Amino acid sequence: MPDRPEMTAADIDELGRELDQIRAQVTASLGEDDARYIRRIICVQRLLEVGGRATMFASRRPPAWLAGTTMLAFAKILENMEIGHNVMHGQWDWMGDPTIHSTTWEWDAVSPSDQWRQAHNYRHHTYTNVLGKDRDIGFGILRMTPAQRWNPAYLGQPLYNLVLAATFEWGVAIFDTEIDRAVNGEKTWQETFTHLGAMLRKGGRQALKDYLVFPLLAGPAFLPVLLGNLAANVVRNLWAHTIIFCGHFPDGVETFTPEQVERETRGEWYLRQLLGSANIEGSPLFHILSGNLSHQIEHHLFPDLPSNRYAEIAPQVRALCERFGLPYTTGSLPTQTANVWARVLRLALPGQAAAPAIPAPRRPERRVSAAHRRVRAQYQLAKYQLGY
Amino acid sequence: MTARATPRWLASGAASLLTTPLRADDFLELVNPLWSRRQLWGRVEAVRRETPDVATLTIRPGRGWREHRPGQYVGTAVRVAGVWRHRPYSVSSAPGRPDGCFQITVKAARDGRVSRRLVFEAAPGTAIRLDSPAGEFVLPEEVPERVLFLTAGSGITPVMSMLRHLALRDAMPDVVLLHSARTPEDVIFGAELRALAGRFPRLRLHECHTRPARGTVDPDRARSQRLAGLLAVCPDWSRRSTWACGPSGLLAEVETLWSEAGVADRLRVERFHPAVASPAVPGPGGSGGGGGASVHFTRSGRRVATDGATPLLHAGESAGVLMPSGCRMGICRGCVARLGAGRVRDLRTGVEHGEAGELVQTCVSAAAGDVDIDL
Repeated sequence: MPDRPEMTAADIDELGRELDQIRAQVTASLGEDDARYIRRIICVQRLLEVGGRATMFASRRPPAWLAGTTMLAFAKILENMEIGHNVMHGQWDWMGDPTIHSTTWEWDAVSPSDQWRQAHNYRHHTYTNVLGKDRDIGFGILRMTPAQRWNPAYLGQPLYNLVLAATFEWGVAIFDTEIDRAVNGEKTWQETFTHLGAMLRKGGRQALKDYLVFPLLAGPAFLPVLLGNLAANVVRNLWAHTIIFCGHFPDGVETFTPEQVERETRGEWYLRQLLGSANIEGSPLFHILSGNLSHQIEHHLFPDLPSNRYAEIAPQVRALCERFGLPYTTGSLPTQTANVWARVLRLALPGQAAAPAIPAPRRPERRVSAAHRRVRAQYQLAKYQLGY
Repeated sequence: MTARATPRWLASGAASLLTTPLRADDFLELVNPLWSRRQLWGRVEAVRRETPDVATLTIRPGRGWREHRPGQYVGTAVRVAGVWRHRPYSVSSAPGRPDGCFQITVKAARDGRVSRRLVFEAAPGTAIRLDSPAGEFVLPEEVPERVLFLTAGSGITPVMSMLRHLALRDAMPDVVLLHSARTPEDVIFGAELRALAGRFPRLRLHECHTRPARGTVDPDRARSQRLAGLLAVCPDWSRRSTWACGPSGLLAEVETLWSEAGVADRLRVERFHPAVASPAVPGPGGSGGGGGASVHFTRSGRRVATDGATPLLHAGESAGVLMPSGCRMGICRGCVARLGAGRVRDLRTGVEHGEAGELVQTCVSAAAGDVDIDL
């Protein structure tokens, strides 16, 4: 890779071999403990959901409303993050359980699982942070890297991002129908309308359940239950949005050009995943609630390894980064969130300057080389945009 | 739609409004798997040791169970080290038990993950997945006048179901049971068989104990001699309706004998292991590339000749099969397909794997011999 003179091809191959080794170790040691983990999480999630919805029936009393809504919000967060996202990645396919399998799972979100898998597992995970290929960069409405050409519409992006955060499941669902690709002629309109129809049916059923069926069942508590379900959905949306934005957009994370990924070796693919992702630090419970996307780096290196194993391999991945002089971007949730929002605000305005508002990485001695790489990457991207 | 079915349909529709995108079964299975409508489950009620390495499991089937016919097997899936493993086992009990349970009798194979788990670790309460009983190795409704059962080792299990069924109906025809086992103690159901033979004069039991004599005896020759000796006990074997169940080698020999005698139509056999067409090529590191293999895409009805190095995905696409695909490098799992039969080689690791029903990543798997893919 031209903008990384400090790593030779042999180094990158070696990195790839080391990471393959980690992968092989984990794969070989999967067993009953892992299976029990996901079954237990699913059991807890369903208990929380049943408990939350039952408690909310008494929600004309404020404490019951609060308790029920909280339980339901946690249930929805667990269902989307630690269960749905990871099951649909195929992390649990090895168990051969038809009820916990990437091809059969459907989640409590608007986007139908098959559309989400296509948009996420394929486009985002294969082309992570490749400009023009990874549609997750800004989700089509935000300017998240200076390499995206500015236009006046981006002035409103702090507002767009706020709306996106609150309605994230709908945003993702519309995004997954890939209307933009139909506009660009990369996909037929017929296919797009089919996807749109499936999405509306799915979203309609979810909305019917949360905003009509359960409120009606609650009788006199119709309105509190409706509001409780709405609150749970919004809390889940804000949470998912926050975690996901902290995974790829904090400072220190790199973007790439399509040329850079042409004929990419396995080692180079690993390297791009590593440089294109950022972790979030926190407690074990926080990791579970984030769907272990707080281990975004490990997740992107090994998207189909069970999420409960990311924590144990994180130190190995980090040690490899140190050995090869690579950044391992991580920080606390408040730091990374502030960092991402600062970027949203900054890039609403024109200009390519990407002076970090909050320096995130903890290794000042590496910041020089990381900054150097960023400048090089921007130069490459600028050339790409200008068509050189 | 019948009048009875309509309310049920309505009920399940209403329930799914509450549970969408999940189904009521997703919640019911957490409480009691036997309540599930979408998956037939069974719960182990009792485990009885038959011999040191054989156990009979009494299983209570859940919703949707259909009574077996004597001689049929039932597909089971058992969780071993977190992974659901599928194995069929013959039902050894007679149909129509008053308690609604059925039994399978399992012999622990030396390296058998599933059989060892069932024999040594299953305890009352263990939940297993079930398929409905299946198989054509059954007694017909009208039981023939003269019957020969030729069994060896755990091959007695489906025949035991038949014998128990006949005994329960008190309608024992003229039966000869020729059974081989290593020692008298190794005869599964030994005491019960001997008691049955005492009770029904028309049931003649002949046991053959095969513990090998010391010295180097060619096992194939020894088996042939034993088979000849057994059949000498039953000189009218070629005129009897015969059910045979045991090791592959024995069954192959029996099939040859019967077809040479021109009575192959009177013989029914049941195998516990797939018949191996040719001796497996030992292939550490490189049986790939060479031998041609055929991939059968069963739903599309296409067959593709391929080698041990071409991903199934490519083989399918080149044949015009609509293959799902994604990253094409073994990451996104957009390409997984169900393996119907045969084994595949993971091109990344060189490891051969595959069980019927397993989902394989076609983009990084090549056929290791002939395979069926459910696409």
